[in-house]
Amino acid sequence: MSAGAHYTPYHPKWYRKRVSVWWWLESGSYTGFVLRELSAVAVAFFAVVLIAQIRALAGGPEAYARFTATLGSPGVLVLGVLAFLFVLFHAITWFNLAPTAMVVRVRGKRVPDVAISGSNYAAWVVLSAVVAFLMLRS
Amino acid sequence: MARPLTPFLWTLFSAGGTVAALLYPVHFFLTGLAIPMGWVSDPGYGALHGLAVHPLTRLYLFVLVSLPLFHWAHRFRYTLYDGLQLKHLTALIAVLCYGTAFIGSVTAGYTLLTLR
Repeated sequence: MSAGAHYTPYHPKWYRKRVSVWWWLESGSYTGFVLRELSAVAVAFFAVVLIAQIRALAGGPEAYARFTATLGSPGVLVLGVLAFLFVLFHAITWFNLAPTAMVVRVRGKRVPDVAISGSNYAAWVVLSAVVAFLMLRS
Repeated sequence: MARPLTPFLWTLFSAGGTVAALLYPVHFFLTGLAIPMGWVSDPGYGALHGLAVHPLTRLYLFVLVSLPLFHWAHRFRYTLYDGLQLKHLTALIAVLCYGTAFIGSVTAGYTLLTLR
């Protein structure tokens, strides 16, 4: 019991169990939840990389060469692999949650979950192919 | 945080999450891993600059940066509240998170507008 805990007549102190800051390590699903939420940090990291890429493209060939050299350095590559795994985790959890977040009805019947997440995965494949084609066609 | 803003911020979070889920893996894989590692040939400055100056690409890149930043801001804000139990810092955390996303969006928008 903490030192400050005491009871006063007519106003008993509420019982509030203290939750550890590490509550999310107590169960696998809690850990998965927090890791999913933390995937947003990897998303922000890549948004910053994109800003740097845009600024390098605006800065000319030398600036762009410096940008690619930075991305190729070992430390940034290791960070990149880790962040990429988190971005993938974000994408997969996001598509799997889509049917819960967006309930679609056609002629009064609910479209099955598999159809909604499936269409998300299909859009993912198509858009990835389009981006890769546009960037690498030269 | 003012109540009427909440649905708007949630919409940004949701739209940003979708953009990041659909497009970040491929961009990240190519720019961050495949090109630096030499798995694919580097398109080079000329080709990428040529792509980026197109008005549609500028708009696309702005959306690609801005919406996911607001997605991060929203998630990170609530992760700080719940994970680190910082409920007493609500206003400060919200201003820092959305403020960072705003500054990043303005930086990207300005650079894309003045790109030539």
